[in-house]
Amino acid sequence: MTEELTSQRRGVPIWVQVTVWVFLVALLVIVAMGLQRAQQGTVQPGEKIENFTLNLFSGYEYSNKTQVAMQELRGKVVVINFWASWCKPCEQEASEMQQAWSLYQPTGKVVFVGADYVDTEPEARVYLKKFGITYSNGPDLATKISQYFRIKGVPETYFIDQNGVLKYVQVGPFASVQEIQNILDPLINQ
Amino acid sequence: MKKILAITLLIIILAGAFASIVFAQTKIPTDDDVNRIAKQLYCPVCESTPLDVCPTEACRQWREMIRTMLTNGKSEAEIKQYFVTQYGVRVLNVPPNPWATYFVPGVVILIGAALLFRGFQLWKKPLATVSASDKQEAQPVQQDEYLAKMEEELRKRK
Amino acid sequence: MIADFGFGVLVVTFLVTLYSVFAAIYGEHKKSGALIESARRAMLLTWPLLTLAAGILIYLLITNHFEVKFVYEVTSKSMPTYLKVTAWWGGQAGSLLFWSWLMSAFASLVTLRKWDRDREFLPWVIVVACITLAFFLSMTTFFENPFAKFWLDSAGNILVDAQGNAITGTFPPNANVIPVAQNFLSDGRGLNPLLRHPGMIIHPPMLYLGFVSFVIPYAFAMAALITGRTDDRWIRITRRWTLWAWLFLSCGLVLGSRWAYDVLGWGGFWGWDAVEIAAFMPWLTGTAFLHSVMIQEKRGMLKHWNMLLIILTYDLVIIGTFLTRSGILSSVHAFAQSPIGPYFFVFIVFTLIASLGLILYRWDKFRSETQMTSLLSREALFLLNNLLFISILIVCFWGVFYPLISEVFTGQKVTVGPPFYQRATGPLFAALIFLMGVAPLSAWGHSTLKTLGKAIWKPAIGAVIITITLFITYTHNPYAILGFFLISMVILVTLYEYWRGAFARQKAQGENVFVAFWNLTKRNRRRYGGYIIHLSISLMAIGILGINLFQVETQGTIGINDTLKLSGYTLKYKDVASWDNTPAGVNYTRATVSIYGKDGTYLGDLHPRKDYYYDAQQPMTIPGQLASLKDEVYVILIDWQPINQASTTFKIFVNPLINWMWIGSFLFLFGIIIAAWPDQDPERVVVPAQNQLRQTSAAD
Repeated sequence: MTEELTSQRRGVPIWVQVTVWVFLVALLVIVAMGLQRAQQGTVQPGEKIENFTLNLFSGYEYSNKTQVAMQELRGKVVVINFWASWCKPCEQEASEMQQAWSLYQPTGKVVFVGADYVDTEPEARVYLKKFGITYSNGPDLATKISQYFRIKGVPETYFIDQNGVLKYVQVGPFASVQEIQNILDPLINQ
Repeated sequence: MKKILAITLLIIILAGAFASIVFAQTKIPTDDDVNRIAKQLYCPVCESTPLDVCPTEACRQWREMIRTMLTNGKSEAEIKQYFVTQYGVRVLNVPPNPWATYFVPGVVILIGAALLFRGFQLWKKPLATVSASDKQEAQPVQQDEYLAKMEEELRKRK
Repeated sequence: MIADFGFGVLVVTFLVTLYSVFAAIYGEHKKSGALIESARRAMLLTWPLLTLAAGILIYLLITNHFEVKFVYEVTSKSMPTYLKVTAWWGGQAGSLLFWSWLMSAFASLVTLRKWDRDREFLPWVIVVACITLAFFLSMTTFFENPFAKFWLDSAGNILVDAQGNAITGTFPPNANVIPVAQNFLSDGRGLNPLLRHPGMIIHPPMLYLGFVSFVIPYAFAMAALITGRTDDRWIRITRRWTLWAWLFLSCGLVLGSRWAYDVLGWGGFWGWDAVEIAAFMPWLTGTAFLHSVMIQEKRGMLKHWNMLLIILTYDLVIIGTFLTRSGILSSVHAFAQSPIGPYFFVFIVFTLIASLGLILYRWDKFRSETQMTSLLSREALFLLNNLLFISILIVCFWGVFYPLISEVFTGQKVTVGPPFYQRATGPLFAALIFLMGVAPLSAWGHSTLKTLGKAIWKPAIGAVIITITLFITYTHNPYAILGFFLISMVILVTLYEYWRGAFARQKAQGENVFVAFWNLTKRNRRRYGGYIIHLSISLMAIGILGINLFQVETQGTIGINDTLKLSGYTLKYKDVASWDNTPAGVNYTRATVSIYGKDGTYLGDLHPRKDYYYDAQQPMTIPGQLASLKDEVYVILIDWQPINQASTTFKIFVNPLINWMWIGSFLFLFGIIIAAWPDQDPERVVVPAQNQLRQTSAAD
């Protein structure tokens, strides 16, 4: 930009060149990271799920607590279902999920948790009541948990084994209770 | 008599005040009130759509929620804070941290302006010292260029 | 079968383009004129080939070949034929082909000119244009093939893989496929309803025309750097290209704005959406470039600057195309997620490093031929103009990338919306308008406050008078007052310059006023075309100012014969009707409202509509608009509540001064055509010397 017309005819000063290149490389690195992030899919089976906490709606507590932490569920198979009241496909699997829960709840080996994605509480309650859902449910505040799982939409269901390792990802609604059983039975018996 | 009048007046005034408070509380916020706040928020689900124009069912529910909160006397700041807690910072139409937002481009522009000014200072050297050495090196090319330029300038003057 | 042939044509074109690149490089290396000519011919060949491929795609689109994935995604039986043709650029794969087709058209156009004086440029122009073309063709051929088909077995079942995804591709799939009965291929998904609008048909082509035409000046700039011919020959050759590129890009932006205003139903024309900004950024550097090259031509200065600007423009074009398709930004415009993102990224890295490397390598070869002597000289003001455009670019760039940076480093997504852009760019645009008023009066070389003051005081007084009048009669808003002052300055200065030139000519030549105006413009098209363009921009600024500062809105639910009031206007609800248009697959809900003015005068009926497209399951809101010079009444049908005779929700906007924006854009078109019109041969006119001197203003 500046033309040095006097004795400094050796081109652009080194510090300018370095600054420009550093800035450019930094920008490109950031874009590359953003790209990689965009291309990433959801969290995949085999990954260890870190601890996170889900606030729960009143009336849908876990062991009378208004919060449930991933860590305290170690030793049980955890089924996390991301849903929303405005999500039509979620309705397709809602009763199946509740049926599966009533099948597995007595065994004490499985915990079903619903994470309400970007929703309003009144509408969420209407939805939960409509399908008679009784397992723990709460809003995913600030979408922290769904961002952690990198969900691409709702409904998505994540199956985590007793050691906190993700074992199966279901994108989209379940078609039947049998499908859920097919995934859960091997996990419980392992 | 005067006392009765005064008390009656007092009761009427109090009743009026009470009624107006009650009236204010039960007055339903208009669509305009809702839009004023929804304008400053983005739909948490749709891509880059402001909340006041978003046509989806979910957005309708959010707008009704704003209306409910307004009816309950919540202020604009409280409503926005509620949305942030529920859905994250991205639901606001400007980032919450004004420093990062305005500071970086401001600094870059100022640096650019400073560089330009400095370059301008360097530029402002007397013509004589420069053109002499300049002419020696670029002679043949410049001659052609000079003639071509002169022709063009003459043509333009017409 | 035909689709496969189309794909074959694409592959051949890609190979021909590659050949052209290597033949040009090798021919230059070996100084073989024959090889370079061969490369030129190869490049010329790409256009008929791509036209053939495009023709095949359009044929497939028109004839409902839904087994071709792209045809399925963007057309449906209910769409009229002309919309099916425009669906060519309605989806990712087709639009990439469209880009390539335009690129080869322009590259061919450029090679058809006479190259005698600039033989050394030819191979490098071919190389740069063909590398760009080859890149876009490779994206089309390998990743986003518009001719990819669904595979069906003999019974009409669609073949899916283990995950249930339909198999697409050119070559027959392997054994692990499951036939699934389907009937969805009997009709397509249909074009996004928002795109089924006549205005939308021309906006993407215009934008692409603008993008692609900027590749040509860039190619010449690179050729100049590579060959070391750092005089301004490359600028002279591409001067007209730059102007047309700028015209197309500006038209594309204005058309997109008008479409958004008419069809989106948001009450405004610009949302500062990431993709809008991605198209706006090259316009900013393009405008800076357009002005800056004038200095290089007149004074031989700012040579580095011009190189950097055209490199920036080219890379912003590619980055803009990349941002729309990579999935890293959230936008209403964005195409679906695609695997081409990383490849675009690599291409951007390559072009940025190559261009910057070249310009640093040749840095010393650029010598400024004159000096800048005064801060108020025209050169200095042009430099300031450049700084302002780049500053606006920095603001836009930061607004687009800050969410990305925030997400990458803090994991937290943020949104940068209109308030940021309005606050940050407002003062910068105001400064630009101020410059538009002052710069035409400044002199090349030496200029002081005194000389400038002498030139400017008459229009300035006029502007002050106008502003005071507006203050008294129209508004007290300080931003508006400042804006109106600056805009009236520009208008008055431009008219003043025009009048002075015509007046001098009239005195010298004895022509009457109108002939004087005409001849003045004819003789100096670039300057006076430029003045018309400045005038048009100030008219557009009036519209932008009006809608940004004075827009009011209200929303209410009313029944038949009820009214809503806003800003002196009364809206009376007359009727509503709802019906299906089955062949087109749309459900229309149309309300009739009457608008009355301040004193109850009947102004007209409006028909806001809501169109629901069954195939795409998407609604469209079409506003009713009552336009006038002073403002526009804009009414939308809102479906927060059900729409029926008893209660219908309307939203009314009153947008003051908005129509000056569109008036200005027509004048803009006119101005560019004048500026770009080829100069005829200079007449031999005998003009007495003294008169000639008087004719030239201080601004010469």
